[in-house]
Order: sequence, then C-alpha cells, then structure tokens
Amino acid sequence: MAAEEKDILKEFTGQEYKEGFVTQVEQDYIPKGLNEQIIRMISEKKGEPQWLLDFRLDAFGKWQKMRQPDWAHLHLPQIDYQDIIYYAAPKKNSQRPTEIDPALEETFEKLGIPVKERKALAGVVAVDAVFDSVSVATTFRETLSKQGIIFCSFSEAVKDHPDLVRKYLSSVVPSGDNYFAALNSAVFSDGSFCYIPKGVHCPMDLSSYFRINASGTGQFERTLIVAEEGATLSYMEGCTAPMRDENQLHAAVVEIVVGKDADVKYSTVQNWYPGDANGRGGILNLVTKRGICKGEGAHLSWTQVETGSAVTWKYPSTILKGDYSSSEFYSVAVTNNYQQADTGTKMIHLGKGTKSRIVSKGISAGKSENSYRGLVRINPGAEGARNYSQCDSLLIGSQCGAHTFPVIRSSCPDAIVEHEATTSKISEDQLFYCTQRGIAQEEAVGLIVNGYAREVLSRLPMEFAVEAQKLLSVSLEGSVG
Amino acid sequence: MDNILLKISDLHAEVAGKEILKGVSLTIGKGEVHAVMGPNGAGKSTLSAVLTGKPGYKVTSGEIEFMGRNLLEMSAEERAWAGIFLSFQYPIEIPGVSITNFMKAAVNACRKARGEKELTPSEFLRLMKEKMAFVKMKGEFAKREVNVGFSGGEKKRNEIFQMAMLEPVMAILDETDSGLDVDALKIVSDGVNALRSPDRSAIIITHYKKLLEYVVPDMVHILKDGRIVLTGGRELIDRIETGGFEGIE
Repeated sequence: MAAEEKDILKEFTGQEYKEGFVTQVEQDYIPKGLNEQIIRMISEKKGEPQWLLDFRLDAFGKWQKMRQPDWAHLHLPQIDYQDIIYYAAPKKNSQRPTEIDPALEETFEKLGIPVKERKALAGVVAVDAVFDSVSVATTFRETLSKQGIIFCSFSEAVKDHPDLVRKYLSSVVPSGDNYFAALNSAVFSDGSFCYIPKGVHCPMDLSSYFRINASGTGQFERTLIVAEEGATLSYMEGCTAPMRDENQLHAAVVEIVVGKDADVKYSTVQNWYPGDANGRGGILNLVTKRGICKGEGAHLSWTQVETGSAVTWKYPSTILKGDYSSSEFYSVAVTNNYQQADTGTKMIHLGKGTKSRIVSKGISAGKSENSYRGLVRINPGAEGARNYSQCDSLLIGSQCGAHTFPVIRSSCPDAIVEHEATTSKISEDQLFYCTQRGIAQEEAVGLIVNGYAREVLSRLPMEFAVEAQKLLSVSLEGSVG
Repeated sequence: MDNILLKISDLHAEVAGKEILKGVSLTIGKGEVHAVMGPNGAGKSTLSAVLTGKPGYKVTSGEIEFMGRNLLEMSAEERAWAGIFLSFQYPIEIPGVSITNFMKAAVNACRKARGEKELTPSEFLRLMKEKMAFVKMKGEFAKREVNVGFSGGEKKRNEIFQMAMLEPVMAILDETDSGLDVDALKIVSDGVNALRSPDRSAIIITHYKKLLEYVVPDMVHILKDGRIVLTGGRELIDRIETGGFEGIE
C-alpha cells in the first residue's frame, strides 16, 4: 500500500504551470536597489505630487527601522532588497502612446483577460490589467463613469482624483502597519482604484489582473476600493507570472472602505508561479489586505483561492467598526511540492452586533506546509458580536504539513464565538471508489478536492469558479496516485 | 473458445503478507450469471478486490484473462474502461461531490477511453433521469453528495444506479443484498436482471439465498478457505440453505 501511495505522490508532483511564458517587450527599467534616490526616481517617473513623494519617503523611513517578520510558519528565503529592480514598465510606442502594445494585448488574451472592450453576450467584466509596474489598460471606464463610478489605474487616480486618493490612501493599512506594507508604501508603482458613489450598484464585476513579466523585478501594487453608503460592488483579482529559477517578490497592499449599508465582495484567485517540483523559484507573495466596514450595516466578503506562489503570507482582514456590520472570509489554500502558505484572516469587532464568519479549507500535498492563522478579536463595546470559524485541513500523502493557529480574544461577555476544526486525508478507499468507476487517479483527486472546497468555490463569481476548479486540479497534479 | 469472458486460473493472492486466495480457478462465459457463496473469511471480497485491481492486494501466482486481455496488467481504471464494475459491499462517501458530477466524470471517462464522444449535458441528464427512475430514486438524488448521509439501502441502490449508468460487461456484486429490505432487494435484482444480455455477465457474491431467488444464477460456486470447493447448478443453493457450509470440502 505504501508503494502505491508513493507512486501516487510522484505522479501528482509533476505539475504543469500553463501561465509560465515570458513576453518579449522592450522595458524601461530603473537601476536595482532601494534607497531614497530610487524612491524619488519612481515618484518622478510617475509625475507625482509632492504629498505622495512625502508619503513614500515617510514609509521608507519607517521600513528602515523595521525588521522582516519571522513569526509565520514559513521558511522565507533570504531576500536581498538591494538586488531587486523596483520599477519595470513596457516602453510606450512613441507614435501611438495611447494604444496598448499588441504584444501586451496578446499576453493578456492568452491569459484569458480581455483588455479590449467587447460586447460580450453575458458576464461582462471590467478589467484593469497591470503588467510589471504599470497598468496597461482599463476597460469600460466610460460606461462606468456614466454612473459616477471611477475605475482606473492608481496612477491615473492620483492625477485625476487626488482628493479621494489622499483621503483614503493608508486609511485602512497605515504605511507603518507592517514590514511589507511599509515597503509597498515606499515603492508601489501602480494598481487599481475604484470608487462607487452613494447608492450606486456597480452594473458589472470589476477586476484587476496582475502579471509579473520582467526578471529580477518585484511587483508592488496598491488597490484602493471605496464603496460609499448603500453602494454595491463585486471585485475580482487574478495574477500569474513566468516560470523562473529565481524567487520574485510580490508585496501588495489592498485597502477597502465600505460605507453604511454598502456591500463589497472581493474575490481572489491567486495563481502566481509556485516554483518547480524541487522548490526552485516561485513568487514570494507577501501581501496586506484589509477592509473596514465603516458604517452601520456595512458588509465585506472575502473569498480567496490560493494555489500559486512559493510562499504566501497573507491575511485579508476586516475591521467591523460600524454597528451591525458583517464580514466573511472564505478561503481555499492549496500547497504542493515545496510550497508554503501561512494565510488566514483577522476579524476585529468594534461595533455593536457585528458578525463575522470564517471558512478556511487548507489542502496540502507533496512536501508543502500549509497554515491557517486567524485572529478573532471582540473589543469592549462590541456587544452581541458573533463569530463562527471553521478551519478544515486536508492532507494528501504523508510528507506535508497542516497547521492551524487560531486566536480568539473576547473582551465582551455576551459575545458568541465558535470555532470548529477538522483534519482529514484523502483515503485510498475514496480514490479506489473513483478509479473503479473509470475516473483516473489524477482526475479523482481533483474531483475529491473540489468537493472538499465546494463551500468556498460556490462563493466565487461564476466565471471565476470554473477557473478556480480547474486550477485546484492542476495545482495538485502529481500529488496522489 | 469465443464464449469465454473471464478466465481465472489457479489464482493465489495475499493481503499484508497473508495468503487469502489459495488457487482459485473460475471460468465465466458471456451472458452467464455466477453466484459465489461461502462462509465469512473464505476470500469472497478478496476475489472481488483482486478482479477490480484494488491497491493493497498482491497476486502471487496465477492468471486472470478478461476478454482475451491479461487483467492483472491493467490498472483499476483500465479495468473499469474495459467494462468491469464492482458494486461495493461498503460504498464510500465523497463529501461535496454530487452524484451528477461524480457520474458525469465516470461516464465520460469511460466513453473517452473507449474512443466514444463525451455525452452532451442534455444527453447526460436524460440518461441520469432514465436510470434514476429505474432504481426508483427521486430527482433530488442527483444533487446529493455521493453516499453522504445515505441509509444502507440507499447506498446499495446507488451502486445499482451507477451500474445501470455504466452498463458494464462484467458486474461484480459484493454482498449487495446484505442489509436490504424486501423492496430494496427487488429494486436491486430488477436492476441486475435488466442488464442481463447475451453479452453481459455477472458474479454475485452473497451469503444468502434470497437474492438468488430473484436473480437466478447459471452456476453456483462454493468458496471456502481460499479455494472453490464445489461448483454446480442452482440446486447447490438449497443444499447450503439447509446444511450450511459445514461439511462441504
């Protein structure tokens, strides 16, 4: 039986990463390294106002005094911050500076991301496509602007809507929040900005797609989403990168402000290059995502499917400030080969009658390490707050690890906090039941894993769910057999 | 001999180092239904496991030929594609996977392997409906998670439903009748009988006479201590019903 299991494991580790190609474009780089001069250079390239440069320099000062966190259950490879190029952008065609380079268009089309507006029959999604350090296209801007919705690259928002950016930038994730957020605040180059005015229901899903292409670089983008009172929005985020032997750094910040009775749903399918079967290369995904339910009855829902990256350090969190506001965190994190993930959420209950729900499904295979880390904090005054957490781990094979680090801090005697956790293995019997019906080993694992993650996958917008299901199967290819 | 579907010759097999099958020989012709009876621990389930390629069972000697192919060289799924189906004694739960998705994967995998086109969603749903009616399963059944929260009887009916969907050449029913009430037994036996044709065969593994009254076997084999000790017609069933397995050597 042991021999069989080994075969299964071997088979499942020979995974393929379809998005691992490199686009040949002429790029505009700045020299590698990180210092004040580099930050001034980035700011200058972007033609930024003084206040933003000051913000960056202030963050850089904070970063220099901080230490890289080591509390996560991760073995982070040594990162030489002086050996990274902090800005790389495809050169614009000087004749047609407003048009997207066909090579970039082709890249995004190949990834299934429409960067030209099409009259699609159903399921129209507006896209902000970010390539290395810059946004190269944002679709449906005009259509959306008719309803007062602002959807554009971060750089454009700084130019066109400086007051809004200034008001909300770092209002949820302060520049000195943590080591990687400080780094991002100092060197971020682009990202997406989205503003939904009072009472507006965004008529289509909005999305950002992040692509790392250049080698030796890192990607540091910021997303800022503001939904005013009564607004609703469904936002999706996807990402991929080429296959390389080197580790590449991705340190993003996402801030979401949800007004009174507004409703924001933020979905992520994270498919950064995970490294090869021997653990060489892959993206170091060190990301800070946080939202605030600012007004009464605000609602923020996080759904994430994490299949990529060599290392994931990510805790999308919600501050439940408004009374009776609510938030959910639905997560599937898959690790295979030598991948490591330390991911989870923080639910900070400040307002009365606030509610949160956490459903986390970790799936580990190969020699990977998969951790759930969560904090549920009920502050004094959050009377009648409720939380329900469920953390399930599924192990494939016997060389991987699954860990949970749930922390509950309640300062409110009438709060109700529940936590459930399970750990299970894909059994030989389940696999045999499938193969006996003619479903080959790999497909069987995909089927079982998708069933296991169903509760989370069903939360994703339709077009994303199909993608995520395929991705789950592909990421686990070669892990059982 | 063209008429032979399955030929087991002097099969020895062990589990965890312990020999369970000690020289089983059995030949099944096309269109035939054979019953294999025997006391607990005789090796009945081991025989079905070895025939279907379940991991953990080691064949130490002997041969199995199925439709002219060496069955022992085929993986579990290859055997399924070739038309071997096992109705499990203890059907397995697969949480979160609906019967519909499970069967879609199974039916299409088998079709693909045989070089047939996958069914379109509407073709597939039509097939589901037809076969569900056949085992008297209601519409909601299609959405239920595979075997999760099923009663004993429902699990067995689900096995017969899957058999009807996959239309195997060689069905192996491993104690499908145990724990069934009369109505469920009737559904199961109707299912097996409906599949009877000059091209399809079945092995019915059972302790009891009851199922064999509905599904009348062509041959009956008594398996005891890893060997087939007696083979005959259905008169053997009555002999066992009255005298038990004691004394049959």
